[in-house]
Amino acid sequence: MVEIEAQPDAAPTQMATRGVPLNVAGVATRTAPTDLSVEQPELVFDCREIGVRYNGVRALRDVNLQIRRNAVTALIGPSGCGKSTFLRCLNRMNDLIPGAEVDGVCLYHDEDLYGPNIDAIEVRKRIGMVFQKPNPFPKSIYDNIAFGPRVVGLKDHLDDRIEEALRRAALWDEVKDRLKEGALSLSGGQQQRLCIARALAVEPDVILMDEPCSALDPISTAAIEDLMTSLKTDYTVVIVTHNMQQAARVADTTAFFSTDQGETGTRCGVLIEVAATEKIFTKPENERTEAYVTGRFG
Amino acid sequence: MAANTNLPLRDRSTALIHGRKRTGERVVIGTLASAAIVSILVTIGIVLALLGPSLEFFRDVSLGEFFTTTTWAPLFTPPRYGVVPLLTGTLSTTFWACVICLPLGLGSAIYLSEYASRRVRAAVKPVLEVLAGIPTVVLGYFALTFLTPLLRSIGWQVDIFNAFSAGVIIGVLLLPTVASLSEDAMKAVPSSLREGSFGLGANRFQVSTRVVVPAAVSGIAASMVLAVSRAIGETTIVLIAAGQLAQTTLMPGDAVETMTAFIAATGSGDVSVGTIAYKTIFAVGLTLFVITLALNIVAIRMVRRFREVYE
Amino acid sequence: MNAANRTASTAAANAVASSLVGRRQRSVGARLFLFYLVFSTGFGLVALAVLLGTILVDGLPFLDLTLLTGAPSSNPGMAGARPAILASIMVAIVLVATALPLAVATGVYLEEFAPRDRWWIRLIELNIQNLAAIPSIIFGILGLAFLVRGLGLGPVLLAGALILGLQMLPTVIIAAREALRAVPASVRQGGMALGATRLQVVWREVLPAAIPGIATGSILGLSRAVGETAPLLMVGAATFVSYNPGLLTQYTVLPILIYQWMRLPQADFQGLAAAAIIVLLALLIAMNGFAIWMRNRHERKW
Repeated sequence: MVEIEAQPDAAPTQMATRGVPLNVAGVATRTAPTDLSVEQPELVFDCREIGVRYNGVRALRDVNLQIRRNAVTALIGPSGCGKSTFLRCLNRMNDLIPGAEVDGVCLYHDEDLYGPNIDAIEVRKRIGMVFQKPNPFPKSIYDNIAFGPRVVGLKDHLDDRIEEALRRAALWDEVKDRLKEGALSLSGGQQQRLCIARALAVEPDVILMDEPCSALDPISTAAIEDLMTSLKTDYTVVIVTHNMQQAARVADTTAFFSTDQGETGTRCGVLIEVAATEKIFTKPENERTEAYVTGRFG
Repeated sequence: MAANTNLPLRDRSTALIHGRKRTGERVVIGTLASAAIVSILVTIGIVLALLGPSLEFFRDVSLGEFFTTTTWAPLFTPPRYGVVPLLTGTLSTTFWACVICLPLGLGSAIYLSEYASRRVRAAVKPVLEVLAGIPTVVLGYFALTFLTPLLRSIGWQVDIFNAFSAGVIIGVLLLPTVASLSEDAMKAVPSSLREGSFGLGANRFQVSTRVVVPAAVSGIAASMVLAVSRAIGETTIVLIAAGQLAQTTLMPGDAVETMTAFIAATGSGDVSVGTIAYKTIFAVGLTLFVITLALNIVAIRMVRRFREVYE
Repeated sequence: MNAANRTASTAAANAVASSLVGRRQRSVGARLFLFYLVFSTGFGLVALAVLLGTILVDGLPFLDLTLLTGAPSSNPGMAGARPAILASIMVAIVLVATALPLAVATGVYLEEFAPRDRWWIRLIELNIQNLAAIPSIIFGILGLAFLVRGLGLGPVLLAGALILGLQMLPTVIIAAREALRAVPASVRQGGMALGATRLQVVWREVLPAAIPGIATGSILGLSRAVGETAPLLMVGAATFVSYNPGLLTQYTVLPILIYQWMRLPQADFQGLAAAAIIVLLALLIAMNGFAIWMRNRHERKW
């Protein structure tokens, strides 16, 4: 039968000899882009007038949002206001939903993500996603993490890559002796960290998290929130959360979404206000933001 | 959480996000798609195979004569091409098959779905599946060598080949099909309906007959229509046990010839290609195909309606 | 409360209590219904038991080495079923090599890659559902028409196996699709979010998870094909072949041999037919058992 191999992204000689900047602790920072001749831009995403329609019905409109590098950006708001829909725009996951149309411009490091030549598969290798309900593959822990590297063509040093991914996801100590056991035998919180490790193994630039803790108990939630804070050193993190307090705890920037009456009278998601987290929660400019964060409506 | 700096990084410069041709993948998916085309080709082949000789046949024998004459004697002189005896033969065996498989299949399904404990169900279901998997030639043997002598020994002087024995055994063959499809339909009824009824004080008999079966009726009906279609299309059992005497009769004890038995007997016989007698195979085949096609479409529609309600 | 009230309320309480306690009385209707249900279920079980019993009683006396190793002959004492047994096994092998991969490939395409809303996809699906319910004799007619006129293969084993394969296709396609559908969508989403192509996700994660279901459906289709008689009668599975069959030789399979033996006048041939039935059933049990064993080995407990 045919073995499906992915093409390696570049010749091996290019890889190890680039001048990857080291931070103070001597740890390699894994941030994109790798073109060092230009000063690295602050913005990872620059979204202008982003909107989404499902089968012609508008679900989200006019979102203008910028995501900064090495920070945690939280998207908060009541249910049904398009936060997850917007998140899926950032890594082209809306492509997988039949009838979904995205309009507006989403620049990722100054590249239009929805441009004519853009390969969505490559986009997702750089912008990873963790879902609300942990979804490990029905295989061993090892094979779960190894999936990404194998598919991307990083077959060498697989054991090392897996160890590193699990360390970064704060799961290594708990599973290092049972890598060959089934992933579904882990607890909910561990499975979610496994999914994070799985995403990290592909060496992304950005990690998107869609309500990653809503299916977990408080202790696992706390562990993952700590993880988010440590991940932002090396990655850019965008999370959607229902839990305002979570946003207050972990996010640097917070964006508040809500709903408006749309063009045809149907409810449609809009971005109300985006600012530094502290400002959103203490001195919001928009009265709807204030109503939400003070709990007057939810 | 020390990072291992020795691992070669992926080259992630943004220039790479421009489109890559994945031709290997396209080839594989194209191959898979062509596999799907095969199924269309099969149907086209069947239709062509049936239509060609049938149209030639109906140029020589009028449709009226075909469907109204009550004698079927294509190899005699003078030949008679009335399909009515074959139709009554099929009707007779199918009728007795339905008498067995429809009520008893439904009864088994209700019992397994609503009454039986988990242990009983776990024990009985595999056994019924075994019954469904018995090759038809084995059932034909059973009809001829066990059932017919049995009937004769209790006083009913059936012919050695008769419609009743074949029909009953076809019913036995199809009982598991009706049972399992009906049971699926009943299992799909939400348990909240049952619980609500029990909560109102109904007993199991009332819940089964007044709540569950009516809720599952389109799935149950679909299973019955499918069973009828398969009874009509059954060949081996009738070939062995019903006979090859094409006579227009509905008496269960008489020997009959069904459409399927005629096709099988003539097709494996010595009739020469291109003669009218040869073309009768296709004409009768076309009739059979149209009847079962109509029933299948009805059944498929019913299944779709039942699925829509619950999915 | 005065004494009268107390007695009344106690009596009322007792009445309620006694109506709740006590054995449930089934109405006559409910009892008859239960009898009908048990009778229905028992009927199938009893029928199977009697069937197997009859076969064993009739066939065991004739089950000997000659049956398994000899060739058909007009003398019942020397008749054997070896060429038919070999042919049935060879047919099964051909089916596993041709029809099975084709059916699984079609199922994978329709379930994972085909665009959902095009009319021609709906047509293919409807067509497959219909093909699954077409009488087997029609496939015999298909074989007759295209073998005698079309391909010119003649009444050889390969042709018969291909016809059975075509008949088997829809069942296995439908079973494969059900098995693939049972793999949760979250697996596919998770895989694609990691930057894998759809083909990579299907090949590496979805298909392996669906293999147990596909195996079950395949074995069902295969068993039915090995037990078929009607289509092969139409494509000339010759009756008394005494040599070991090859792909391109004439042949007969076990079900057809059984059928032909039953039509012979000598009483001994009826017994031989029953014995051959035992062999056929044993072959089917072996095939099913093998498939179940393979499925269990693959299905590790996560």
